[in-house]
Amino acid sequence: MTNLAMVDAARASSGEALLDVRDLRTYFHTDDGVVGAVDGVSFTVQPGKTLGIVGESGCGKSVTNLTIMGLYPKTALVSGQALFRGEDLLKATPKRLREVRGAEIAMIFQDPMTSLNPVHRIGDQLVEAVVLHKDVTHSQARGRALEAMNEVGIPQAARRLDDYPHQFSGGMRQRVMIAMALINNPSVLIADEPTTALDVTTQAQILALMANLQQEYGTAIVMITHDLGVVAEIADDIVVMYAGRVVEYGGVDELFERPQHPYTWGLLGSLPRLGTEVERLEQIPGQPPSLLLPPWGCRFNTRCPYAFGRCRQQDPRLMPSGGSNEHLQACFLDEDTKAAEAAKTLAAAVA
Amino acid sequence: MNDDHILQVDGLQKYFPVTRGIILQKQIASVKAVDGITFNVRRGETLGVVGESGCGKSTMARCIMRLLDPTGGTIVFDGRDITRLSRSEMRPVRRDMMMIFQDPYASLNPRKRVGFIVGEPLLIHEKQSEDAMKRRVQELLEVVGLNPEHYNRFPHEFSGGQRQRIGIARALAVSPKLIVCDEPVSALDVSVQAQILNLLKDLQHDFDLTYVFIAHDLNVVRYISDRVMVMYLGKMAEFANGPDLYAAPRHPYTGALLSAVPIPDPKLGRARQQIVLEGDVPNPINPPSGCVFHPRCPRFHEGVCDVEDPPVASFGHGHEAKCFYPLERWPLTAEEMRRRPSSQVAAEAAVPS
Amino acid sequence: MYRYIVRRLLWAIVMFIAVTMITYVIFYVIPADPAVLAAGRSARPADVIRVRHYLGLDHSVPYQYGLFLKRLVIDRNLGRSFVNRRPVNSMIGEAAPVTASLVIGGAILWMILATPIGVLSALRPRSLLDRMAMVFVLIGISMPVVWIGLVLQYSIGFKWGVLPNAGYCDVINPPPGADCGGPVDWFQHMILPWTTFAILFTAIYVRMIRSNVMDTLGEDYVRTARAKGAPEPRVMTKHVLRNAMLPVVTMLGMDIAIALGGAVFTEYIFGLPGLGRLAVQSLFNFDLPTIMGVVVFSTMCIIIFNLFVDILYAFIDPRIRLE
Repeated sequence: MTNLAMVDAARASSGEALLDVRDLRTYFHTDDGVVGAVDGVSFTVQPGKTLGIVGESGCGKSVTNLTIMGLYPKTALVSGQALFRGEDLLKATPKRLREVRGAEIAMIFQDPMTSLNPVHRIGDQLVEAVVLHKDVTHSQARGRALEAMNEVGIPQAARRLDDYPHQFSGGMRQRVMIAMALINNPSVLIADEPTTALDVTTQAQILALMANLQQEYGTAIVMITHDLGVVAEIADDIVVMYAGRVVEYGGVDELFERPQHPYTWGLLGSLPRLGTEVERLEQIPGQPPSLLLPPWGCRFNTRCPYAFGRCRQQDPRLMPSGGSNEHLQACFLDEDTKAAEAAKTLAAAVA
Repeated sequence: MNDDHILQVDGLQKYFPVTRGIILQKQIASVKAVDGITFNVRRGETLGVVGESGCGKSTMARCIMRLLDPTGGTIVFDGRDITRLSRSEMRPVRRDMMMIFQDPYASLNPRKRVGFIVGEPLLIHEKQSEDAMKRRVQELLEVVGLNPEHYNRFPHEFSGGQRQRIGIARALAVSPKLIVCDEPVSALDVSVQAQILNLLKDLQHDFDLTYVFIAHDLNVVRYISDRVMVMYLGKMAEFANGPDLYAAPRHPYTGALLSAVPIPDPKLGRARQQIVLEGDVPNPINPPSGCVFHPRCPRFHEGVCDVEDPPVASFGHGHEAKCFYPLERWPLTAEEMRRRPSSQVAAEAAVPS
Repeated sequence: MYRYIVRRLLWAIVMFIAVTMITYVIFYVIPADPAVLAAGRSARPADVIRVRHYLGLDHSVPYQYGLFLKRLVIDRNLGRSFVNRRPVNSMIGEAAPVTASLVIGGAILWMILATPIGVLSALRPRSLLDRMAMVFVLIGISMPVVWIGLVLQYSIGFKWGVLPNAGYCDVINPPPGADCGGPVDWFQHMILPWTTFAILFTAIYVRMIRSNVMDTLGEDYVRTARAKGAPEPRVMTKHVLRNAMLPVVTMLGMDIAIALGGAVFTEYIFGLPGLGRLAVQSLFNFDLPTIMGVVVFSTMCIIIFNLFVDILYAFIDPRIRLE
C-alpha cells in the first residue's frame, strides 16, 4: 500500500478531515540542480484539533505549508493534492487562493519583529486583513480590528491601534499577528514557529492564548516547530518530518509513549530535561543530508545507529505499528527492537 | 578572597547613559543593564546563568571579559582585580579567559581561513613558528571533532554546528582557564545541540576548564551546570546548586520560569498547572521601584515589595534568593503562590545566613 | 522632533561659515592678482593700485571676510562683480532659474525612466529585460556627460536638425531682443540638455531601485501581506514600493541639491547661462564676489534641501519620527 493509502486508512476513523494533504511534493530549481524540499508528505488536519509538525531546519516543514498556501516561488515544481474541504488548493486559481488566504486559512510566522510592515500603523494592517475579504465600511473594519486586539489581550487596544509595530514588544507583536490571522475567523491557523523567537514566559502566554482561542472559536491549528516540548503541550496529533519526508505520524500520547522511529528516539534522547539527571545526552551523529543528492533508500540511514542493508536500498513506507492503526512510521526495524528501544528512550527520559 | 574561586564578582554594575541635548549632550537617564550582581565561580565548575531577554546576562558576560568597562563593582579573576586594568595590562590576562559566542555565522570572519581563525590567539599571545602553529591548530581541530585536513577551508563551507566547533577550537587555542559561553547552542538544531553540549562537557573534563554558561533555555542550563544563577532585569533573583534550584526554587520568578518551560511529555505537561505571568519584561531604563519583579509577581505585597530592594534570603548549601516572600515549597500553582504566608513564616523557612 | 530640527539648523550655520571661509582662503592662496586682471592689459602699476583700492583688496583677508559676512547677513547683498561691476545678486538671480529648469526637469525625467525599469528588473531578475537594463546601466554610468552631450548635440541637433542644439529660452519673460521665448521654445531647447543630464542619474537610480525592490520583496512583511490574501498589485504598491523607495527619497534630495550648485558640463555644452557656467567663468576671471556668490547660493541650496529631505524622511518613516 502506498503511504497515502496508509494515511487514509489511519484517518478513516477520525471523520471528515478539514485539510487533507496527499503525497505533496515540492521541488526547487537551484543553480546546483533540483532540490526535493518536500518529497511525498501526507497528513490530515481535523476540525478544531491541533496538528504538530516537528522537525529540524531543512526538513521541509515550512515549505510544506507555504506550498499548501500557494506561497511558493513560481519556478517550483509542485505535485500532489492539498484538499481543503474537498477543494484542491494546488489546482486553485490565484484568485481563489487569495480568497482562501487570510479568510479561511490563515498563517503566522516566526519573527514578529519583521513580519509586520514597519511604516503602516497596526490598525491599518488589521483593517487591511478585513477589507481584503469582507465588504464592510472602514469604520466597521476598524471596529472588528479593535475587537480582535482585545481578544488577544493587548492592553489599551483603542489607543494602540494607531501605533506602529516598532512600538510593541516581541510578545505583543506576536499577539497582533495572531489577531490579524484570526480576525476573519478562519477554520485553519497555520503557525510556523510562532514562539521560537520569544522568551520562555512570553511563549507560555502565547501558547495559552492560542489554546484558549482554539477552544472558543474551534479553529484547527497546524503548529510547525522544532521544539518537542511545545508540541507535547499543544498538539493532538504529531507529524515528524526528516529530509522532506514524514517518518512518523500519530496521536501525541501514543507517539511520546511508544515512539517507533530511530529519528524520533534520537530527538527525544537528545533533549536535556528538567526533571532528570543525565550524564551524557544522546546525540544523533552527523548532519541532515543535502536534499540535492539525498541518500539512497531511507534518508535517515547515514545517521541511523540501527541501519542495515535494506535501509540503504529501499525506501521505507509509512506503516502502522505498535499495534495501533493510527500510528504510522517509516522504518524497517522489527517490532520487538522498536518496542525495546522505545522503552529505553522513555526510561532515560524519566530517570 | 577564596583561592578556590577563579572568579569573584562583587556588586557589578553597568549603566548605559541616555543623553539628550541640542549642542551639548546631557545625561538624563541610564539603562541599568546590570545593577548590582555578586557571585563567585569555583575552579573546574560550570556556572549557569539563566534569564530572559533584557535581564543583563550578556552584558554581564562582556563586563567579566572586560569587553565593556563596568560602571561599578569589582571583578577579581584568578586572584587579581581586573576591574580597572588598562588595555595593555589586560592583554596577558586575556589568554586565560576566552569566550564562545551565540551566532556561529557571525562570530567567524568569513574572509579568513579556518586555520587562521583558530590560530589567531596563538599569534597574539605566543610567538611560535608557523609549523608549530599549524600543528597546534590541527591538533585543536581534531580535539573538537573536525577534520584537521580542513585547515584551509572557509567558514561558509561548514554547517552551523561545525562552525560552533571552530569557535570552540579558537577558544581553546591558548589553554585558557575560564571560558565564558554566551548562548552557544541557541542557534543550533536540537540534534546538533546535543553534540556540542557533550563536546563541552568532555573538554571541561580533559582540559580542566571552568565555564560560565549563559543561556535562556532552562533545560540546557540544567544539563550542563553545577550551580545556577537566575537573573531578572539586571539583578540576581536566585542562586543555587543545579538540583536544588530545579527541585525547590525559592524565588517566584524562578518558579514561573520552570513552570513555563514546555515538557516533552504530554501527560506530565497536562498534569502540570502552569503559572502564566502577566505582561512583558519591563524596560531597564525605568526599572520598577523596590523589587524589580514586583509588577508581575503573583506574590506581590503592596507596601513591601514596591518600596525596598528585597534582602537576600539564605536556604543552606549556598542557596540564595532575593525575595521578601520566598516560596515555601514546590510545586505551587499560581493560586497557591498568591496565598503568601506572613513574613514571619517566610523568615522561618529561610535558614539564618 | 523640534530638537532635531534646531540641532540641524545650528549645524547648518557652522557648515556655512566653514565653507565660505575655506573658499575665501583658497582664493587668496592662489597666486594671481584679481586687481591686475580687472584693471586690464594696458594698465600701469598706479592704475592697478587704484583698482586694488577701489575693489577693496588692500585690506587684510580677515577684514575682507568679515566685511563680506556682514554685507551678506545684514544687507543680503553679495557685492559686485570685479569684472563687470554688476551686482552679484542679480547675476545669480538670472542664472539660478536656468540651472533649476535643467536640474528639476532632469530629475523628473530620470525618475520617470528609472522607476519602472528598476521595478520591472527587480520583478524579473535575470530575464532579458533585466539583462538589457543592466547593460544600459553600465553604459550610462561609463559614458562621460560631455561626450553624451556632444553626441546628442551633433546628431539630433545639427545633423537631423530636429531639436535646437544650444541656447536657452526664457519661459516667462523673454528679454527684448532675444530670439526665442515662451514655454514651447523653452521646452524644445531643454530636451537635449535634460537627456544629457539625466542619463547618468537614470543609470544609477535604475540600479539602486532594482536592488532596493529586490531586497524588499524578500522581507517577511511582504510574505505576511500575501498570506493575508492581498492581490499582487496591492502588495507591490502598499508594501513593497512604499518601503523600497524610502532610501531613494534621501538620495534624490541630495543629488538634486548637489546638481543645483551647477550642472557644469551640460550647461557649458548647450550654452545655458546657468550657475555652472557662471561659476566657471568667474573662476577664470578671479572674480571673487561672483565665486563667493555661487558658493553661498549652492551651499544654502544643499543645506536647505538636505534639511527638507531629512524632515520629509521623518514623516514617511515612522521609526525615525519617534526617537
